[in-house]
Amino acid sequence: MTFEYAPAPESRAIVSIASSYGLFINGEFVDPTGGTTFKTVNPATEEVLAEISEANQSDVNAAVNSARQAYDRIWSVMSGRDRAKYLFRIARLLQERAREFAVLETLDNGKPIRESRDIDVPLAAAHFFYHAGWADKLEYAGLGANPQPLGVAGQIIPWNFPLLMLAWKIAPALACGNTVVLKPAESTSLTALLFAEICQQADLPPGVVNIITGAGETGRMIVEHEGIDKIAFTGSTEVGKSIARALAGTNRKLTLELGGKAANIVFDDAPIDQAVEGIVDGIFFNQGHVCCAGSRLLLQESIAEETIDALKRRLQTLRLGDPLDKNTDIGAINSREQLNKIDELIKSGDDAGAQRWTAPCELPDKGWWCAPTIFTNVTQAHRIAREEIFGPVLSVLTFRTPDEAIEKANNTPFGLSAGIWTEKGSRILWMANQLRAGVIWANTFNRFDPTSPFGGFKESGFGREGGIQGLSAYLQSANDGADRARGAS
Amino acid sequence: MNDRVAVRKTYKLFIGGAFPRSESGRTYGVHDAKEKFLANAAKGSRKDARDAALAARAGFAGWSAATAYNRGQVLYRVAEVMEGRREQFIADVQAAEGLGDKKSARVVDTSIDRLVWYAGWADKYAQVLGNTNPVAGPYFNFAIPEPTGVVAAIAPQDSSLLGLVSVIAPIVVTGNTVVVVASTRRPIPAITLTEVLATADLPPGVVNVLTGDPAEIAPWLASHGDVNAIDLTGVTNQDLAKQLEIEAAGTVKRVRRPAQPNWLATPDLGRLTFFIETKTVWHPIGA
Repeated sequence: MTFEYAPAPESRAIVSIASSYGLFINGEFVDPTGGTTFKTVNPATEEVLAEISEANQSDVNAAVNSARQAYDRIWSVMSGRDRAKYLFRIARLLQERAREFAVLETLDNGKPIRESRDIDVPLAAAHFFYHAGWADKLEYAGLGANPQPLGVAGQIIPWNFPLLMLAWKIAPALACGNTVVLKPAESTSLTALLFAEICQQADLPPGVVNIITGAGETGRMIVEHEGIDKIAFTGSTEVGKSIARALAGTNRKLTLELGGKAANIVFDDAPIDQAVEGIVDGIFFNQGHVCCAGSRLLLQESIAEETIDALKRRLQTLRLGDPLDKNTDIGAINSREQLNKIDELIKSGDDAGAQRWTAPCELPDKGWWCAPTIFTNVTQAHRIAREEIFGPVLSVLTFRTPDEAIEKANNTPFGLSAGIWTEKGSRILWMANQLRAGVIWANTFNRFDPTSPFGGFKESGFGREGGIQGLSAYLQSANDGADRARGAS
Repeated sequence: MNDRVAVRKTYKLFIGGAFPRSESGRTYGVHDAKEKFLANAAKGSRKDARDAALAARAGFAGWSAATAYNRGQVLYRVAEVMEGRREQFIADVQAAEGLGDKKSARVVDTSIDRLVWYAGWADKYAQVLGNTNPVAGPYFNFAIPEPTGVVAAIAPQDSSLLGLVSVIAPIVVTGNTVVVVASTRRPIPAITLTEVLATADLPPGVVNVLTGDPAEIAPWLASHGDVNAIDLTGVTNQDLAKQLEIEAAGTVKRVRRPAQPNWLATPDLGRLTFFIETKTVWHPIGA
């Protein structure tokens, strides 16, 4: 049975997008010294939304200097109580302007408004609210009395959750007393630039947050800048490795949140309908542009056929199309480049002999789209079972015993997340114990919360974001601080 | 003293609970603080490093699954056996580091006490570093510390026993296994320690000790695909430290950079927490 839906688009009138944007340095928008710009595009329509500035070396220098001065003169000497109040203000402002952020995020990123409205933006506000409360309680963070901030943090974030990743980076850094230079991904700068306006409305002291836009080259300048004390990066494992190389032999600290190839493991005693919802949430949430996506489905052999049938039935009800439509489940792929990468990996699955099934949905004429895709008959050697696809593509493998499930799940250089579906409590705990991954979702998937630490094992990176553990990414014990000042470590 | 001719010891590597010679067949001369010849130590090679990493990986499954109580008792047992060999360790440290009687005794006593301190942490750090998280929804959520995996460590060059113990104890107490390269010029206290480890119920592969030149051995460990972290504490050459960090980036290893702390001071939890991963587990709550 097919349901017809009338279009239900969210109004974009709530957002006013400027034709061009400067860089946010020392509390104000300034023109890039090099004068170069690039376009940001709505991936659902290919419409140009705005001209974005490309920061060059002197812009990066200015941003770092501004962050350093704000650190030395204001933010590191301000009481935790007052830092907290600025962060609470930011949380409240994000809530007040939530719909505006949601619409802008959907326009610039392509994700469904249902997700930007109900997940990205509320979680971003919650992140500031949670970390605000830490600012005057850092002696309870587990790093001993009088823990110290690191200084100026350079933060580079990806395009899949532009505002949320900004919140994950900026909220803990500021709560711990650091100042920041943040670069959003080049295809999704707009919500970060709107956030700069929030900083102004909150009367955040100039220089505490600097937002500079640009592509990989601007990112490299941040990574290599000697005036920066800490780099926090979320993105691809390849870039993460090159950042780790660039920081070798320096005193600069590093945390990395990189790729994943999570196993979502379903046992024969799992409630299939709930598991199917979890599988869909796991890989088709945000078009699969999720580092912790459950991109490898491991089904116990006895229920494989039944589950795949149920999954296919469910996927036929997913609605792909206008991201601003409130009924849309699957939005646009963020860029042509990403779509090409997904298509290339889908082709590799075809070539390797895996069996492809594509959800029968009509793709809009304009923009970049990928219908939900499932591969069965996948082996562990296939590229689609080993490489991060970062798209709505699921690879299905089977197993017979819990031991085999663990062996297959852990057979990857990544270790970001994993899912377990079973009604048996002791098995959940045993599996959770055996899985070498930083986040384990049992009978659920892709849940996030500011109190819940997030981050990877192995090549998925190091350091945590969120929770009490996340604070150590921006804080050091008084002893470490003294050692660093002496240049000993 | 009688005229008996002493039985001298052959100094070997410690890999997977066994005492092999270097696969390369090489040795190098070890001298005391006054440059008097003490012994020939094995000069570890690339193959030895790989064998040790393999042994450490093989040891990881069992050691990381052992109960915290068990790991604590094993480390405490190491301290017990060291205490029984106290005089030998004092003599070793004295020869290696040229310290006086009192200072050598203090170093050895502190080494033993440090093991006891870390042994006591085995069943406590998860309580201190783990927690439940009050997420905004109907989920039970907890975060627990888990071992990073196989760790390679370059032991301090000066502090041949206390520095070594202070580096490896916080690595293994949480369930990691370690391949450690002992002080190049002062390897004998480390080799004596391997004899203690072999008789203290420590499972094979948990601690593997190589002797030789870190500049030769360490790059193979830094780039090894089955090593998860590297502790550069004892690397004194800055260029080598940088090279190792670059090699380590290829597999996203956790890198602890060189340091020369005062080993006699009471440590904090910084070393222990460096080689753990936080694992967060979610489960819905519902009737």
